[in-house]
Amino acid sequence: MSAVMISRKVTRKWEKLPGKNTFCCDGRVMMARQKGVFYLTLFLIVGTCALFFAFECPYLAVRLSAAIPVFAIVLFLFVMAMLLRTSFSDPGVLPRALPEEANFIEMEIEAANGSIQAGQRPPPRIRNVQINNQIVKLKYCYTCKIFRPPRASHCSICDNCVDRFDHHCPWVGNCVGKRNYRYFYLFTLSLSLLTIYIFTFDIVHVALRSMDSGFLNTLKETPGTVIEVLVCFFTLWSVVGLTGFHTYLISLNQTTNEDIKGSWSGKNRIQNPYSHKNIIKNCCEVLCGPTYPSVLDRRGLMSVEAPSSTSSPPTPDNAATKSNPATPNTKTTAPLIPNEHTPDEAKPGIGTPPQKTNGSIPKEGKPSSPRGASPKRSPAPIVVKESAH
Amino acid sequence: RRPHSASLANKVFIQRDYSEGTVCKFQTKFPSELDSRIEKTLFEDTVKTLNNYYAEAEKIGGHSYLEGCLACITAYLIFLCMETRYEKVLKKISRYIQEQNEKIYAPRGLLITDPIERGMRVIEISIYEDRGSSGSSSGSSTTSSSGR
Repeated sequence: MSAVMISRKVTRKWEKLPGKNTFCCDGRVMMARQKGVFYLTLFLIVGTCALFFAFECPYLAVRLSAAIPVFAIVLFLFVMAMLLRTSFSDPGVLPRALPEEANFIEMEIEAANGSIQAGQRPPPRIRNVQINNQIVKLKYCYTCKIFRPPRASHCSICDNCVDRFDHHCPWVGNCVGKRNYRYFYLFTLSLSLLTIYIFTFDIVHVALRSMDSGFLNTLKETPGTVIEVLVCFFTLWSVVGLTGFHTYLISLNQTTNEDIKGSWSGKNRIQNPYSHKNIIKNCCEVLCGPTYPSVLDRRGLMSVEAPSSTSSPPTPDNAATKSNPATPNTKTTAPLIPNEHTPDEAKPGIGTPPQKTNGSIPKEGKPSSPRGASPKRSPAPIVVKESAH
Repeated sequence: RRPHSASLANKVFIQRDYSEGTVCKFQTKFPSELDSRIEKTLFEDTVKTLNNYYAEAEKIGGHSYLEGCLACITAYLIFLCMETRYEKVLKKISRYIQEQNEKIYAPRGLLITDPIERGMRVIEISIYEDRGSSGSSSGSSTTSSSGR
């Protein structure tokens, strides 16, 4: 008699997702692979606040008001909530096309291009759409096998197409896109306030205490103050500047990516078709718009049956979506060219910045230059990585 | 339910319509593959209703401001117990698609997939053929330029 043992192993979809993300808490948390700088951010914020609560708060609560540490705690909790929300949420990743959809698009492209003579390079895969009376070009992503929606971009660090891609921020360890942009903005805003708050009260504390016991004694009694002041001083320049930059972008309804690539600037370029031409409306749309759901199903179940008597391997790639009964397991057989870069289009605009930038410095006047030892944030915290697919 | 003897013959993908920006909206152009399977008006009704649902979900107005401000004040913890408006509308959409499938599409050998399962990029319509008849439309004639 043959004992057929069928072991049913339940996998969640996040385990099989392509792309270079890491997942925690059984798919609830989604981050980029490199998290070192994120831990640094956490350490600096928590460390500085801990020093503040340990050294300054007892004195100030008694001397001035108990409201000072209370407000600091509230602000600190808000900053942490925004940071974790930005870091852990799905920025708006677009799932890759399943084989049938990819095939469908391929056939459409072939039909549109007609016949190409042998030896000739195929034309770039571009689709033109008209948005608010402007022609916007949609590029084809060879990795995800889709035409990217407007404002979407492919992040080469996370290897995903992200909707309304702003930039990849190593400080939060995640991309910033449609779904988490407002949390990112609130994080920078609240962190600016927290930094200013701690800095101010550090000065107040040193001033008051010096009147009682003298300046040098104060520094000896509360050595944490010196560290806090240093950290806050360097942070102020970068984070406040960053907040200002993003406020500017929000008022124009632009993304960092578009700003750096100069999509809507320059004489020969089109105007931003997404802007309402009204600062209030733009701010409202970006900050008070609807909370978009994640279209990346991370916690859905993929049940895998592995009969031990037969030698057929399990088919984990068969996404068990409920209304797709006959997903073929074979990969697409259409003549897809993997990861080929589209030929560069002619760049008509003046002074168009290069597409691949590293450690980009925003155009707006950031009053900073790299400072000395251990700055909390360098003046160019944004890393925009977009592969020119 | 599809007839148990049917097999998947083809799939049609209804693309997004970006003419009004990045809001979620699908093209109402009737694909030629469905010509023999379903009436044009029924199809257009389905897509237009879906578009209306998405417009409702993404509407920026008093309700979305209130939700946004309330959520911000509570550091977005309120979403642990409250459902966002978008999620509520998505549930409505899911019920609507199920109902449409049962009443209109399945009897014609078609099946609509909820766009949320395809990254909100396409409405996937699966076309089934009876096993009795030979699968004639295995190679699809592609639709002419996907509309702008």
